[in-house]
Amino acid sequence: MAKARVKVPKSVKKGEVFQVKTLISHKMETGLRKNKKTGKKIPRKIINNFVCTYDGKEVFSSDWHPAVSANPYLAFYVKATKSGPMNFKWTDDDGKVTDKSVNISVSG
Amino acid sequence: MADKLKPHTYKRREVLALAGTGVVVVVAGIGLFPGAASADAAAVAKAIKKRIGDKPMKSGRITLELPEIAENGNTVPIGFEIDSPMTDNDYVKAVHIFAEKNPNPDVATFRFTPGNGKAKVSTRMRLIKSQNIIAVAEMSDGSVYMTKKAVKVTIGGCGG
Repeated sequence: MAKARVKVPKSVKKGEVFQVKTLISHKMETGLRKNKKTGKKIPRKIINNFVCTYDGKEVFSSDWHPAVSANPYLAFYVKATKSGPMNFKWTDDDGKVTDKSVNISVSG
Repeated sequence: MADKLKPHTYKRREVLALAGTGVVVVVAGIGLFPGAASADAAAVAKAIKKRIGDKPMKSGRITLELPEIAENGNTVPIGFEIDSPMTDNDYVKAVHIFAEKNPNPDVATFRFTPGNGKAKVSTRMRLIKSQNIIAVAEMSDGSVYMTKKAVKVTIGGCGG
């Protein structure tokens, strides 16, 4: 099971643009590597989609190809509107979804 | 031969005439390299067209951050920021990253909304060898911007 980590500031001011850092453990198998013993290609298995939802809206998303490194790291920015959950969703080639949620605390 | 008449210029006809002699090997040899380069360029052009269509691309507005030399091609840091106010009427819709010489030139697509506040991202990618990285940004008004930057890779990633 892929392990996801997300880092956001402890609290932010309304209107502030803050950084969201995400990291998920995943091999991101490209489909180009060969098994050295059998010579067979190792099938592709990557996370191909990432979605971030905040304040009831999809605020940021990303499509990934095999050129995204193993254990994908992604940092982006979001503007603080109101306190509440920020949800993250990583989708695998085989349809498996990894979810994560953090609380955004907005003051002022 | 014709070169007696015009010693300083080589017209197509003359090149063809030379090609008919022993010079043919040299001409073919020179021809190989632009051919290989344009194959990469064609793959990238196709990948870009698939994302944005035939829209004209302007330069500017994109700041692409890449190491000059990446020791490990398996994990090359990449960052970019697009110059945009990120308001409801004027924001960056998407940014596509391409690697010219990777087996598949597509790297990733990032989709923004005005809720991002700024269009700035950092991540890590795999590069098989030294090459140009291309960033294409689509704006909410339909305009498209493009920039590219070279990275030297010491040990290639991608596997295989």
